[in-house]
Amino acid sequence: MSDQTETTAAIDIDRSTGDFHYDVEYEHDAGRGLTEATIDYISDVKGEDDWVREFRKRALKTFESKPMPTHWASGDLENIDFDQIRYYLSGGKGAARSWDDVPDEMKETFERLGIPEQERKYLAGVEAQFDSEAAYSNVKDAVAEQGVIFVNSSEGLAEHPEIFRKWFGKVIPTGDNKFSALNSAVFSGGSFIYVPPGVKVKHPLQAYFRINAEQFGQFERTLIIVDEGAEVTYMEGCTAPKFETSTLHSAVVELVAMKGAKIQYITVQNWSANVFNLVTKRGLAHEDAEIRWIDCNIGSRLTMKYPGVIMKGRKARGEVISIALANDGQHQDTGAKMIHAADETSSNVVSKSISVGEGRSTYRGQVHIPKHLKGCKNNTECDALLINARSQTDTYPAITVRGNQHATQHEASVSQVSEEQIFYMQQRGLSEAEAMSLSVNGFVNDLVREFPMEYSVELKRLIDLEMEGSVG
Amino acid sequence: MSLEIKDLHASVDGTEILRGLSLEVPAGEVHAIMGPNGSGKSTLAKVMAGHDDYQVTGGDVLLDGQSLLAMEIDERSRAGLFLAFQYPAEIPGVSNANFLRAALQARLPDGEEIDAVAFYKDMYAKMDSLGIDRKFTGRSVNEGFSGGEKKRNEILQMTMLEPRVAVLDETDSGLDIDALKVVADGVNAMRSPGRTFLVITHYQRLLDYIVPDHVHVLSDGRIIKSGDKSLALELEEKGYDWVTGEDAA
Repeated sequence: MSDQTETTAAIDIDRSTGDFHYDVEYEHDAGRGLTEATIDYISDVKGEDDWVREFRKRALKTFESKPMPTHWASGDLENIDFDQIRYYLSGGKGAARSWDDVPDEMKETFERLGIPEQERKYLAGVEAQFDSEAAYSNVKDAVAEQGVIFVNSSEGLAEHPEIFRKWFGKVIPTGDNKFSALNSAVFSGGSFIYVPPGVKVKHPLQAYFRINAEQFGQFERTLIIVDEGAEVTYMEGCTAPKFETSTLHSAVVELVAMKGAKIQYITVQNWSANVFNLVTKRGLAHEDAEIRWIDCNIGSRLTMKYPGVIMKGRKARGEVISIALANDGQHQDTGAKMIHAADETSSNVVSKSISVGEGRSTYRGQVHIPKHLKGCKNNTECDALLINARSQTDTYPAITVRGNQHATQHEASVSQVSEEQIFYMQQRGLSEAEAMSLSVNGFVNDLVREFPMEYSVELKRLIDLEMEGSVG
Repeated sequence: MSLEIKDLHASVDGTEILRGLSLEVPAGEVHAIMGPNGSGKSTLAKVMAGHDDYQVTGGDVLLDGQSLLAMEIDERSRAGLFLAFQYPAEIPGVSNANFLRAALQARLPDGEEIDAVAFYKDMYAKMDSLGIDRKFTGRSVNEGFSGGEKKRNEILQMTMLEPRVAVLDETDSGLDIDALKVVADGVNAMRSPGRTFLVITHYQRLLDYIVPDHVHVLSDGRIIKSGDKSLALELEEKGYDWVTGEDAA
């Protein structure tokens, strides 16, 4: 429709606009490699309480004790050189409330990515993180007046410890996996959001994660608590310049939806092809609450991410809608975890992956419904689209349903963009790349409709760009 | 001179299918190509459009003196060649409206956007005349369509893209008589002094409704007989052996 084409893109992050960086003088640099001294450095810079410092140090031990998950995931993980990574880089200034107070090179970065403009147009609040710390963080007055808290995680920890500490590390324990332990040791940045009971935040809150430095690791930590009957939509975007060396992004995101609350968490990940993106995301849904993860993974070298929902209260609902596009040299290992822990809980997983050229997509799902529960439902659909014979797709659905009072449904399909399809479209005047794009957009079309308009337009544009690059 | 096929040779997997096919179709005329199964009718259509499975080993196809064979598949389309497919491909998730719009958009210069209101107005008018329900615009291209719906869709696309040369490949196959009439009416409405049609068919039936200026018989990759519309009737009566036998003699 014509109105769609006139909408400005939500996050203007194609690989070409994202591929730039500034030489920044960092006030704080923890140096390369990870030891207890690194943690002391970070805790000192942040002026953290002793319990946080201890929490970090325990996490470091857990990280060191856990093996790499190469046996089930990918041997490519061996190529991460933890000793060469810089774990903390910041400009030394706190998050500004006004773009005028953001240091020039950071401000220019976010302007080039279009963030301030989008904020003016349709966002309720924005946090913009540059390497380890937020450069800008602001929430519109009308939203703040309702009692909504939207700050970066360091501020959340310092200023709202009574809410923060109660839930921090509770949905995703430190030892959940090697990378959640790593994040727990060196976390910095990320969002802390609290929405008071009954408050429905009309416009989305958005975070933008930007990696600027080379041989760097970004470890943001996000905690979102939505109180009884409240609602929020959170969107995150991410980019990095393309470097020859590898970059690590390892976030932990915890969501808590209290009774009757609704959280929608939307990600459009478009990291450059040298980024290892190893993220743990999970939500806890209380009675009659709903958590939806809408997850798009387009960039990165290797993404491992399986957003999950623990349905703890009766009639809680969990949903994961994901789109993954693996181009040459990329591996998207994504999926969903649905843990049913109360009666009449329901979950829905719809995953679509596209593998192009040498790209590889893997779907890994886990659905768990224990025997003592009644009336639980799960629907899982995973569809893979292959573009040319060299690409690869694997599906590992693990559905554990005990007891006989549940309804589960699982469907999987693999299809190809056929030469006849492309020939047909070209015969109507579309170039090969346009034809590919149209096929891919058609494949994900029913999922893209679930997105807010600004994001669906942007996603379509990103797919177009990927397909343009993949046709010789 | 609109369409000129000159001594065209083409093979698939090393087997020669077209063996020196020559044909001239002046602008504004409708020519029918008839022939038995395996004579190379559909190969001709695919070769003209540029399908990868076929290797052109000699000759040329000229549109107003310009070689079509030197162009990419999509360039041929934008130069004015349209192929109504015998078996149109399905494109899941892509609506008919979006597909047509993308095809028309591809014909505009960079930076120029199609006028959405005018586009829908034009499309609805053409759908009405082809007896296509308006709900059809939201359905995925050819997905779950009946044989008749697919053929009507081909004709709708043709009327929207307004080609200079249209090749109809067995458009009558799988159509009942009512659908055949609708399709033929669509084609006839498109006939104009600047437009050329090549109607490929096995049976004479379609030519009762789309009356050709000339009929050519294709056999073993070559045109072996040409005549006016009465040739089609004669073929219907006597069978293809009549001409292929004559060729052998």
